Amino acid sequence: MFGYYLNLGLRSLRRHPVLTALMVFGIALGIAASMTSLTVFHLMGSDPIPWKSSKLHYVQLDNWDVNEAYDRDSGSLPDQLTYLDAAALMASSKADKQAAMYKVAMPVQPENPEVKPFLALGRATGSDFFAMFEPPFKYGGAWDHAQDSQQARVTVLTQETNEKLFGGADSTGKRVKLDGVEYTVTGVLNRWQPRIKYYDVSNGPLSEPESFYIPFTTAIGLQMGSAGNNNCYKNAEPGWEGYLRSECIWIQYWTQLDSSARLAEYKSFLDAYVGEQKKLGRFERPLKTKLPDVNQWLEDQKVVSRDVEIQVGLAFAFLLVCLVNTVGLLLAKFTRKSAEIGLRRALGASRGQLFMQHLIEAGVVGISGGLVGLVLTWGGLFGVRALYEDFKNVAELDWQMVLITIGLSVLAAILAGLFPTWRACHVQPAAQLKTQ
Amino acid sequence: MEIRPIVSALMRSKISLVLIGLQIALTLAIVCNSLFIISERLALMQRPSGMNEADTFSLSSIGFGANFDHRASIAEDLAALRTLPGVVDATVINTVPLSNGGWSEGIALTQEQKTSTAPTAIYFVDEHGLNTLGAKLVAGRNFRADEFSERDRNVQGWPPGVIISKPLAEKLFPGEDPIGKQFYLDQLQPANTVIGVVEQLQAPWAHSKRVAEFSTLVPQYLIGNNASRYLIRAQPGSRDALMKQVEAKLGEINPSRIVREARSLQRVRAESYAEDRAMATILVIVILSLLTITALGIVGMASFWVTQRTKQIGTRRALGATRGSILRYFLTENFLITTLGLVVGAMLAYGFNAWLIKNYQAASMPWYYVPVGCLCLWALGQLAVLGPARRAARVPPAMATRSV
Repeated sequence: MFGYYLNLGLRSLRRHPVLTALMVFGIALGIAASMTSLTVFHLMGSDPIPWKSSKLHYVQLDNWDVNEAYDRDSGSLPDQLTYLDAAALMASSKADKQAAMYKVAMPVQPENPEVKPFLALGRATGSDFFAMFEPPFKYGGAWDHAQDSQQARVTVLTQETNEKLFGGADSTGKRVKLDGVEYTVTGVLNRWQPRIKYYDVSNGPLSEPESFYIPFTTAIGLQMGSAGNNNCYKNAEPGWEGYLRSECIWIQYWTQLDSSARLAEYKSFLDAYVGEQKKLGRFERPLKTKLPDVNQWLEDQKVVSRDVEIQVGLAFAFLLVCLVNTVGLLLAKFTRKSAEIGLRRALGASRGQLFMQHLIEAGVVGISGGLVGLVLTWGGLFGVRALYEDFKNVAELDWQMVLITIGLSVLAAILAGLFPTWRACHVQPAAQLKTQ
Repeated sequence: MEIRPIVSALMRSKISLVLIGLQIALTLAIVCNSLFIISERLALMQRPSGMNEADTFSLSSIGFGANFDHRASIAEDLAALRTLPGVVDATVINTVPLSNGGWSEGIALTQEQKTSTAPTAIYFVDEHGLNTLGAKLVAGRNFRADEFSERDRNVQGWPPGVIISKPLAEKLFPGEDPIGKQFYLDQLQPANTVIGVVEQLQAPWAHSKRVAEFSTLVPQYLIGNNASRYLIRAQPGSRDALMKQVEAKLGEINPSRIVREARSLQRVRAESYAEDRAMATILVIVILSLLTITALGIVGMASFWVTQRTKQIGTRRALGATRGSILRYFLTENFLITTLGLVVGAMLAYGFNAWLIKNYQAASMPWYYVPVGCLCLWALGQLAVLGPARRAARVPPAMATRSV
């Protein structure tokens, strides 16, 4: 029966090609608009590390000016830590895993004279970074805690940097010269590019990944300043030592806390730490500490921009217009068919059968609209990538979105087809036949 | 006008009426709000930076190795740059307007006050700074070569004489002559004196409402981390060629460094406003698609009605109605439906704006957007229905005598 209804549906659609094209086009355009913006929204807002995002907690303390909150408008806490606090928290090591980190930029001087020196962005962090964020290793592995405390001159390279410097060969144990200092390679990562650079949103959640990693302690020992955001509410004392003792915030601090009991423990440890510091005359603002997990942190930092949110809202209003449009056209079409429906009813077709027949017809419109919409979505995402250079990782079609696209359009068409069909099925056969 | 029969005919197909009306309502709401957002973005993008953007470019130099002498390198570079043919002027500078990265400070008018009076962006330049930027000095004087000093991590406080932007001067000293007035960039250090005022100079943060127009020029250069940025002003028309030349020249002067980020100020501007431009582009596409869909919807619906009523139209023609009155019938009908949609749409438009204000701190839409939007949609509706209506007008009176 399905085949027969499908045949009937296709015939009926072919009879009014312009009207059919209008309906398919309407659905396709609506679907494409909503799917394009929803894909960006979905990929920007989705959990970057779903298997452990609830265990990774960012550390926020309020060391800011007693007269003025860090963020005047929202009153939110500073988004980074001072060196004083990062070093103290690292030293006490109370979390299951912890990593202080900051962004560095260093000239790379390749051994190979063919390769010109270049500036590379890197991350100074602890060995726990690799265990916490789980970048995949291609060769070797991370440095260890002992090397952290010895300020060892070791580094982990990304695949791209290894490609540039060593032609992609296993470079563990080899040396790399960064800003005049030699580092031994302990490991090389496989390609690793989280869509959102969630571990450092302060320096741009959509920015490029780093090229190398070095121990935090080593970078501090070499007096390497941050290449990222640095925020001070009062001036630092002179010199590097003065800067390290200052209230300037420039370090991100992540902890891994494996259970809610551990989270509560760590929270009270932090509160106690701030309490101690208050006695020393620091932390003059009311005691407040926060340990947001990955998703809360991304939300707090408004990683999904307001433009993207407005676009999603607009796109759905747009989809609504397209649906209303299609409902109107389907209604017009099916109302016109009341004579045929009357005839088929008089010949013995049940309401259920007619209902089925027209739902299939509407479904065909939906599927076609979905497929055309998919092509348009692909084009739309291409356009989004062209418009927003940073969006290349978040404007990709993924299979989940493909299924949703088709599903949504079929659902939309069936909903759009339901009412007219229901109306057409309630036509009294006698009334229709009489005027013929 | 034959409005009553039209209304009673419409009442017989309420669903179609509601559908078209709803479509028009949503279209009006989306179009008005989108146009308003577009106009806001365009206004934001059109603000002048106060500097010569057409002829300037910046690039940065990062030295490496223990033997790199940062101080000597800056002097050598500047001397070479300023004598290069095609260069109008060059300066060392920490950042450029609209580049989204830089140094900011809070300014206090007294040593005792607890919170700052105004924030400001800091530009570290030398006496060639004003000329290279092309910033217009409207009061006071430029820096002198002897006011110039170095700044590294060990330097505390600020040089005494600074130049500020006019909006900042007006904020700090409203209605007064700012020249010679004092303020504190650091309350623990001696006060700074305003020696000059430039007409305008935007901060690096184009999207910051607080700092946007507040800038302070400080006669210092930053040393200590081997990194410097240069701003070069080229003779009109020779910027792009000069940019390549300068890049090569700096590499030649001292090879133990990386020369990078050579960007014209026009490119800096384009990158700074990339998101606004993208948003405006997307909204224009949304508006155009929406109007197309709505117009096609009206065409589709009207053609359907014309076909459905062919026999009635024939009857009316046979009873003496002219082609004009048939045409008018459909145009009036469309006008009524559109008006109904627009009434609902106007409410939706203001509602949507209110939602944006509540959730996104958006500005409130000026009143004239909705009336103008209504006029456009009325015109669109009439144009869309014209085709089917003319087809209806061509239905011959003899149609009344034929059965379907």
